[in-house]
Amino acid sequence: MKTESNLEKVLAAGHLAVTSECGPPRGAVAKELTDKAKYLEGVVDAVNVTDNQTAMVRMSSLAGSVLIKQQGMHPLLQVVTRDRNRLAIQADILGAYSLGIDTMLCLSGDHTKFGDHPMAANVHDIDSIQLIQMVKGMRDESKFQGGSDIKGAPKMFIGAAANPFADPFELRVMRLAKKIAAGVDFIQTQCIFNIEKFELWMEGVRKMGLHKKCYILAGVTPMKSVGAARYMKNRVPGMDVPADVVERMASVPKEKQPDEGVDICIETIERLKKVEGVAGFHIMAIEWEEKVEEIVRRAGLYPRPEIS
Amino acid sequence: MITAERKPLEEIIEYIKPFKRILLLGCNECVTVCAAGGRKEVGLLASGLQLALLKSGSSIEIREHTLERQCDPEYVEELVPMIGSEEAILSMACGCGVQQLATRFKDKPVFPALNTKFMGGSLSQGVWDERCKGCGDCLLGLTGGICPIAKCAKQLMNGPCGGSTDGKCEISDDVECAWQLIWNRLKALGQEDRFLDIMPAKDWRSGGGGGPRKIIREDLAE
Repeated sequence: MKTESNLEKVLAAGHLAVTSECGPPRGAVAKELTDKAKYLEGVVDAVNVTDNQTAMVRMSSLAGSVLIKQQGMHPLLQVVTRDRNRLAIQADILGAYSLGIDTMLCLSGDHTKFGDHPMAANVHDIDSIQLIQMVKGMRDESKFQGGSDIKGAPKMFIGAAANPFADPFELRVMRLAKKIAAGVDFIQTQCIFNIEKFELWMEGVRKMGLHKKCYILAGVTPMKSVGAARYMKNRVPGMDVPADVVERMASVPKEKQPDEGVDICIETIERLKKVEGVAGFHIMAIEWEEKVEEIVRRAGLYPRPEIS
Repeated sequence: MITAERKPLEEIIEYIKPFKRILLLGCNECVTVCAAGGRKEVGLLASGLQLALLKSGSSIEIREHTLERQCDPEYVEELVPMIGSEEAILSMACGCGVQQLATRFKDKPVFPALNTKFMGGSLSQGVWDERCKGCGDCLLGLTGGICPIAKCAKQLMNGPCGGSTDGKCEISDDVECAWQLIWNRLKALGQEDRFLDIMPAKDWRSGGGGGPRKIIREDLAE
């Protein structure tokens, strides 16, 4: 084992892991976050705490992770390279680890154009792959990115994202290979609605043996309504929602659509369980955290393993 | 080249309205090529200003002149005999030219008539795009001749983000995904393997992170 991360323990023991996410509030009220997090207690192995997601200012992912930790849960600290340079990121990693946070996700982040501060400067001192390299260097060599020694290295279980649905498709497996070469331990994918395309990507992943070099958690999202499905299909960059999924959501009356969305999500998990190389699931129930437990239970992923 | 666009007339008028006599100074280099601050644009701006000032019931004497290069001290010296009677200089050069004037004529107010934009080139008639950020450590040899620092919205150095769709960047359909372009080139050159090489974190000292930059050529310096 490289770390004390609960997620690493679950994965190393061969269980299908389950993660979910909690977006920090747009204000300084801790309860808003902890109330949402309560829905995930005992239901997932780690809780992603997003970092200014969609480039909107929110409570910091580090503070959010601490709050989750205080609830006795396992936070997964998301870090984007958009808002901080390598000094600030390394400082945050030291701080996070000193507060008991041992699992993180390395991202480049949505462009500021999409958020509420489009006038802000994008930092991008390093990219997500260089961030992975940096965190691995801190952990395995006790070295800062600048080369000097760290007294008390932060032992982070290192995650990253992968989007099998973005273009050019032929680069998507190679980009995962680069993340693995940089030192990533686990991957959480973009929400999967186009299962055939995901399977095609996994075929490429297996061909390069990449599924044996890192844990791949398949991303799923329950849709609340046909409107949400259409929004994701048309408006979210890099999302692939096939027309038949939208049609299926549209085929049921409005009040039944949330149930249909949850059904689709569970069916997706069942199908993905059969894909060789899938090591678990990342359930992104955005502002719908109360549904995660039902999804986990109905998908046969409950109870979560207790590993000391 | 360095590209530029003229500032709004109202902003320029705010700068010059305290003065009675000004020198409007064009530059015959980049800003001429991008049709922002050459001889022709000097003429157009002078008449535009006169017209606008006339409407508001005021007037300024505007002397027009265009230098071969405003960023070059040798050419700026040409102004010495004519500068005495001018109360201020309105420069239609890029920021480099404006600062050259401000440094040379220490007691003369100098104002920019242009917004300096970026280092780029012409795509087609009347269209210019950004191509270089001046990072000081050119990596075009590794990326098929297309710069991810200048042309990727997140300046990613190791491949496209998850927002690349149909060759377009997630920020706009008008922006091409730099990594799609790089990948197309690597394929055309038979250098696909190069994509797998990880580009390590960049040393930004050469790109301005080390403070204002300077080139000293010992063989040329006096």
